[in-house]
Amino acid sequence: MKPPLALLEDYRKVLLIRMVEEQIERLLADGRISGTCHLCIGQEAVAVGVCNALRQGDQVVSSHRGHGHLLAMGGDPARLLGELMGKEIGYCRGRGGSQHMSAPALGFLGTNGITGGGIPIATGAALSAKTLRSGSAVVCFFGDGATSQGTFHESLNMAALWKLPVLYVCENNGYAMSTPVERTIAGGDILRRASAYAMPAERCDGMDVEAVECAASRLLQGVRNGTGPAFLEAITYRFCGHSRSDRLVYRSREEEAHWRRRDPVRVLRQRLEDAGLSREAAAAEAEAESRVAEAVRRAIEAPASDPRRALEGVQADV
Amino acid sequence: MSEMFFSEALRAALDEALEADPTVILLGEDIGSYGGAFGVTRGLLEKYGPERVRETPISENSIVGVAVGAAITGLRPIVEVMFMDFILLAADQIANHAAKLRYIYDGQVNVPIVIRTPAGAGRGYGASHSQSLESAFLSVPGLKIVAPSTPAEAKGLLAAAIRDPDPVLFIESKALYNVRGEVPEGAYEVPIGKARVVRQGGDLTLIGYGAGVGTCLEAADELAAGGIEADVVDLRTLKPMDTATILASVRKTRRCIVFEEGHLTGGVGAEISARITEGCFADLEAPVRRVAAKDVPFPAAPALERMVMAKREDIIRAVEEVF
Repeated sequence: MKPPLALLEDYRKVLLIRMVEEQIERLLADGRISGTCHLCIGQEAVAVGVCNALRQGDQVVSSHRGHGHLLAMGGDPARLLGELMGKEIGYCRGRGGSQHMSAPALGFLGTNGITGGGIPIATGAALSAKTLRSGSAVVCFFGDGATSQGTFHESLNMAALWKLPVLYVCENNGYAMSTPVERTIAGGDILRRASAYAMPAERCDGMDVEAVECAASRLLQGVRNGTGPAFLEAITYRFCGHSRSDRLVYRSREEEAHWRRRDPVRVLRQRLEDAGLSREAAAAEAEAESRVAEAVRRAIEAPASDPRRALEGVQADV
Repeated sequence: MSEMFFSEALRAALDEALEADPTVILLGEDIGSYGGAFGVTRGLLEKYGPERVRETPISENSIVGVAVGAAITGLRPIVEVMFMDFILLAADQIANHAAKLRYIYDGQVNVPIVIRTPAGAGRGYGASHSQSLESAFLSVPGLKIVAPSTPAEAKGLLAAAIRDPDPVLFIESKALYNVRGEVPEGAYEVPIGKARVVRQGGDLTLIGYGAGVGTCLEAADELAAGGIEADVVDLRTLKPMDTATILASVRKTRRCIVFEEGHLTGGVGAEISARITEGCFADLEAPVRRVAAKDVPFPAAPALERMVMAKREDIIRAVEEVF
């Protein structure tokens, strides 16, 4: 069991992601954010748990559902929101948007709009780490749906052959958009897919930061020792729809209620109360709320990206 | 100057890059002791070891994806895709990732990768080992496309492609691998984005690239015997395309034929023809003619394949139509 103050820190991180995502939902409805976003409400513990196990210099490749990963890597919520709103302060000044943004200075190599598209890229980053002997480990996040893409199988195979320092993290939220895992994965077992590529593979409770962090740390130890890649399947659930157009016709309200009881925010709140830190938890909530409100204000007030510069930067100036 | 095969010139460029820059690595199927399907990387594994010359499983999309990930984190990977037809398996990583990351990430990363791949028919390899698919990638922003026509050009353009900060699709005409030519001594680069006029003539412009330049030159010799003198333009780089050199030649000759080994519809010739029409329509004495492969898959049997391929005779026939 983690010391109470560490739990409080986890609570702050999970709350930040939750509140930012809720604001994004609102800003989408208000029309301040255009296009679409894939929110990770309910899945925050995976991002926080895995990123807690990282060190300075490690790198993360994210998926289409990547806001939480960026925030867990220390991303600035105002710059994230600015990116979604097409503002100059955005991480990519609005060129990428939700599914195509990166913050390499933080070790965040990018979200990715192609399911499974980031898996070989993470594998390549691990090839750099090994070839250049940088000592970095790479984490690659993707959903259960991505494990049916060719890139998943191709990349895990190469990483294992070449003993690359990469931890593949599958956020299994039960659905590839609307299609349940039982109808996309023969045999139903994602872990066995990874094990087939001769790497250590573990499953953990993706609603519990501590469980995720423990498993990720254990697997990363081997990754850092040069034994090669590893795989972590975090069982989780998204409380929101796949994207803004999702009417959630493919799952029951009972199922949602079942998972809501395991809400990572709720789980951590309870643990803090049990540890006698109710007051601190309430303070963390107030603090997160004002931090996110401030980020929203900064993003809204920031100048819009200049359309006259939209044609620049397709190729590098030599 | 020393004389070498096209494949040797390519190998020399790879060798010099591996020697000069420790971040350069090679990735591809059978590029190790086998030396690659066309022998271009022969001897490099022995010289630089398996970390620099990395043989891969048969996984084209992820090979290119791995190269993209490596490129944004400090390496300069050179990928060999065994046949250009197989490029389609990697189309996602080329078009959706390699070509776009620099722009969508607002210049926070560059993607310095080279994807070398052999193209062209005429060997009886059949429909899935004979295509020239460059036109499919012409409309992908962020990508550069290069196609050398001689050993000297191959070495210089490959050296430039390797040092280029952007992703380069580097097309090697299969028909050229066993062609010999003079190659300058030492390291040099041929700049990307500049076409060259390889033959001067006032009556007609023939435009080609890769092995097509040789075909255009042969046709030009044949035409000269009949009193027609042709400019022959070697495009060298399809993207970015050197429109200025094309227009300068066509303004002078007023007639133009574009030759390509790929299929006619939506081809490179269509793009060039559009640029000429937009750029110097009033100077034209005749419509721009495209000589390209028929819109039919390449059959395996040599006699059938020849019917589909674009040939020197097709250029001669097209010339008769523009005079």
